[in-house]
Amino acid sequence: MKPPPFDYHSPRSVGEALEILAATGRDGKVLAGGQSLIPMLNMRLAAPGHVVDINRLTELAAVTVGPDGVRTGALARHAQVERSGPVAAAQPLLRRALRLVAHPAIRNRGTVVGSLVHADPAAELPAVLTLLGGSVRLARRGAVRDVPAARFFTGPLESAAEPDELAVSALFPALPPRSGTAFHEVARRHGDYALAGVAARVRLDDDLRVAAAEVVCVNAGPVPELVDVTGDCGHRAPGTADWGAAARAVRDRIDPEADIHASAAYRRHLAGVLAERALRDAATEAAGG
Amino acid sequence: MFGEPVRRREDPRLLTGRGRYVDDLGAGALEVAFVRSPHAHARIRDIDVSAAIDVDGLVAIYTWEDLPASLAEPLPLLIPHPALTHGRTARPLARDVVRHVGEPVVMVVARDRYLAEDACALIRVDYEVLRPVIGPERAAGSRRLVHDDVPGNVGAHLVQEVPSAAGTGAREAIGAAPHTLAFRLDIERSASMPLEGRGVCARWDADDGSLRVYSSTQTSTSVRMAVAAKLGLPLPKVEVIAPDVGGGFGVKVMHPWPEEVLVPWAAVRLGREVKWTEDRREHFVSSAHERAQVQFVRVGFDGEGRVLGLEVTILHDHGAYTPYGIIVPIITSTQLLGPYKIGAYRVEFSSVYTNTVQVTPYRGAGRPQGVFCMERTMDRIARHLGIDRTAVREANLIQPGEFPYDQGMTFQDGRPLIYDSGDYPRSLRMLRELIGWDSFGELKARAAAEGRRLGIGVGCYVEGTGVGPYEGGHVQVTSDGRVHVSTGLTSQGQGHETVFAQIAATELGVPLERISVVTGDTRRFGYAVGTFASRAAVMSGNAIALACRKVREKALRIAAGVLEADPRDLEIVDGEVRVVGAPGASVPLATVAVLSNPLRYAFDEEAARATQFAGASPPDAPPVAEGEEPGLEGRDYYSPIRSTFASGMHAAIVETDPLTAEIRVLRYAVVHDCGRLINPMIVEGQIHGGVAQGVGGALYERMVYDEHGQLLNASFMDFLMPYATEIPPIETAHLETPSPLNPLGIKGAGEAGVIPVSAVIASAVEDAEGIPIDRMPLSPSELFDLRRAAP
Repeated sequence: MKPPPFDYHSPRSVGEALEILAATGRDGKVLAGGQSLIPMLNMRLAAPGHVVDINRLTELAAVTVGPDGVRTGALARHAQVERSGPVAAAQPLLRRALRLVAHPAIRNRGTVVGSLVHADPAAELPAVLTLLGGSVRLARRGAVRDVPAARFFTGPLESAAEPDELAVSALFPALPPRSGTAFHEVARRHGDYALAGVAARVRLDDDLRVAAAEVVCVNAGPVPELVDVTGDCGHRAPGTADWGAAARAVRDRIDPEADIHASAAYRRHLAGVLAERALRDAATEAAGG
Repeated sequence: MFGEPVRRREDPRLLTGRGRYVDDLGAGALEVAFVRSPHAHARIRDIDVSAAIDVDGLVAIYTWEDLPASLAEPLPLLIPHPALTHGRTARPLARDVVRHVGEPVVMVVARDRYLAEDACALIRVDYEVLRPVIGPERAAGSRRLVHDDVPGNVGAHLVQEVPSAAGTGAREAIGAAPHTLAFRLDIERSASMPLEGRGVCARWDADDGSLRVYSSTQTSTSVRMAVAAKLGLPLPKVEVIAPDVGGGFGVKVMHPWPEEVLVPWAAVRLGREVKWTEDRREHFVSSAHERAQVQFVRVGFDGEGRVLGLEVTILHDHGAYTPYGIIVPIITSTQLLGPYKIGAYRVEFSSVYTNTVQVTPYRGAGRPQGVFCMERTMDRIARHLGIDRTAVREANLIQPGEFPYDQGMTFQDGRPLIYDSGDYPRSLRMLRELIGWDSFGELKARAAAEGRRLGIGVGCYVEGTGVGPYEGGHVQVTSDGRVHVSTGLTSQGQGHETVFAQIAATELGVPLERISVVTGDTRRFGYAVGTFASRAAVMSGNAIALACRKVREKALRIAAGVLEADPRDLEIVDGEVRVVGAPGASVPLATVAVLSNPLRYAFDEEAARATQFAGASPPDAPPVAEGEEPGLEGRDYYSPIRSTFASGMHAAIVETDPLTAEIRVLRYAVVHDCGRLINPMIVEGQIHGGVAQGVGGALYERMVYDEHGQLLNASFMDFLMPYATEIPPIETAHLETPSPLNPLGIKGAGEAGVIPVSAVIASAVEDAEGIPIDRMPLSPSELFDLRRAAP
């Protein structure tokens, strides 16, 4: 379990990093927190010719909170975002999700943007970005573009980021008024990838009836997908909305796969159970506690 | 000192990163990596190393053809048995056929491990892929063979039968019983999984013609003998040291591993220091697994739940080879009986080859499977009769007045299965009290009213511990007053440095701080068996006590001369020999050590001071009298007539989520009897660790092989060893029934915690769910399936 040979680059500026990525193309791989890349290198599952270490680009470590939401730089660690009070105030779902990401030692190194670019459908943060309608900012030599979550995740472990692009930040939009969120998951062991997990968002209208109810399930398909259950739960107050029908709709619309830890039928069942719990909690929060 | 919860003396070193493990040694050594078979079953057609030759830093590439005759042959079968009619072992490097994924084929030596792995990646092995045999049921009787010359893949077959007191056989007794049940049980594979894998570092001294080997082993003395024999070196020129070892749990008692002979051989051949450090993936596919069995049970019993006849047929998956013999299924067969009097018993096992990693003992070594069988049987009987599960057990327990109790079988050590002591009814009473068995019904009903599902479970075991044939101890008091204790068996973190020092402190009357303990170093002690079978405390503990008694006797004799007193009037307190009741009349043990040696160069203060006691020896006698030896030291061995039997009973309360099918252990209670306790804190630590591994086996761990013989979860990502977060708080109570078999009255404690856990959790989940639980481990997904299949 030692990596194959590679050239190591340690750029001192974003510009330099983009130059290297432009030169290395498909043979280059960005190293941020290294919590996925290093094991893949050590198991020789990945063999890039060039590893571009961005850990010295401290300008990418910023986490900014504004009226539009939370923007995390490419070097912002999970722990940094998880512990930030302003982040929790602006977008509480981030902290809830991050507490479910692996273990503290991994969260101390792993980065939020790195997790998004890794695009593992079993991970929490792609689900959060999708649910909130966020976006990832990609830079290449001479150009910058923002890719919305719905177009960013293109397949299991595949994203819209091109080989010469560096994901420099991600935006997690703030919630509109009278909105609430929740994240529930079941994992085999504390900190494991979830067998099933559900991020939910509920928005109420001025009469405090459900105006929008949406979920994104983890580990339920090749990419995180927004499931709109507004029509299933009914335009009612949270206490009388039909969350059971919403959960059934979630079960019907996802496509989980079996693996050595759980059958597809169990995952589907579990996603329904967790969707109901998450929707109820999100609605309760939207209603003011 | 003996019996006190002394804090572990090894912890400051081990917990602050100052332990020295094999991989911490040999800086600058050449490093080894292996090309291992990617196929479960294949014939090697050709090995092409040409592409690897140019790798920078490559030193050597070895295949089977390069090995000397002694290494080219199959490795030894350590523990033969008449029933093991078709024992097979692997060669250190595969010759023609590979029989499991991970079997070593090519050895690469390079400047470091990175380069060695680069070279491995460039070596092309041309395989003719053969169809593998996976799973014991498919293997048994199959025409598809793991070894061409082992028909039906059956390596061993053994029937043991113990008729009832009236001479009735088990089948007859079951046939005549008022009630009978028949069912099947399944236990999956797990593995020892020490956090430190295996590792070997060998240093050849060409000038001296000597070899030093560091191995992460549970038996350095036996590795030494194997290395000397396989390399043709004189035994005194080989020393083997087990440095700090990061866990063993059984896998490291297997020896010699291919790497344990190949790495020293390469060191001698290259004239360089060479080391190999196993990585986690290698450990999964090339060390050893355990546990997997299928059991078919038939039981006959009366209306009180007393077992009149029990017949168990076991299919044991032995993997590709049987280097450690059939110890595991033999232990399952014998220890299955637990604390019970079974009317008539018949057990039959077939041990079959499959194209998977070999099976050798893992903590518990066949006992968890046996206990799972017996305890599931007890619960079945209770359910059938509609009586309390502890009542069924109570009805079958051996009573305190019945010891020594002869189970009528032959145990793993080849000696009669005779329990030396115990108090099982009291143990069960204590357990019921500890867990609140009698009031659980109310708790369960209250929880049910809140929509929660609780269940309680129980499991009992007896564990033969401290198997022979012997261990030794050496104790030396030096002129600085320090006491040096050594024993040949090895340590993997159990706390031997602490408990052996406690024994020496108690026997010698010396403060603990002055005592040091060395284990597993053949430079200090050459004869030993090893650390396994919960034997270290019983075997080396007693040997060290006996050696200390020799030293004490000599110290008193010498001191008696100095103090002009009768040795019988002397005591040793705080490192001083004193005349009882005569304050001031004393001589330090350090002085006695100086006096024990007629050669008294005053190298230190104590020696200089001691000369005042040194009367000239009588001119007509030699300075060292006949029958005497210079120095204050003693060596002795402890060799038991047979094993001593520890026991315990566990209970758990679990909660199962009605919707998600998650299983949570809320409480776990242990009543444990390992005879006299040397250090209750260390015993509790052993129990905690054992229970944690047991929870792993019950709810998390399995080796998932696909039909091609690929291990699908060969990493800690997917092999679910529980974290601390998955382990419940463990409540323990101790019962001490001393063993009459050894001077200290102790029994082993190392494996105990793990043994009944699967049975206990199954019992509790079954109680919560009302669904029979017949296989372990049990995942939420499987519980979900069981619920859907339930009528």
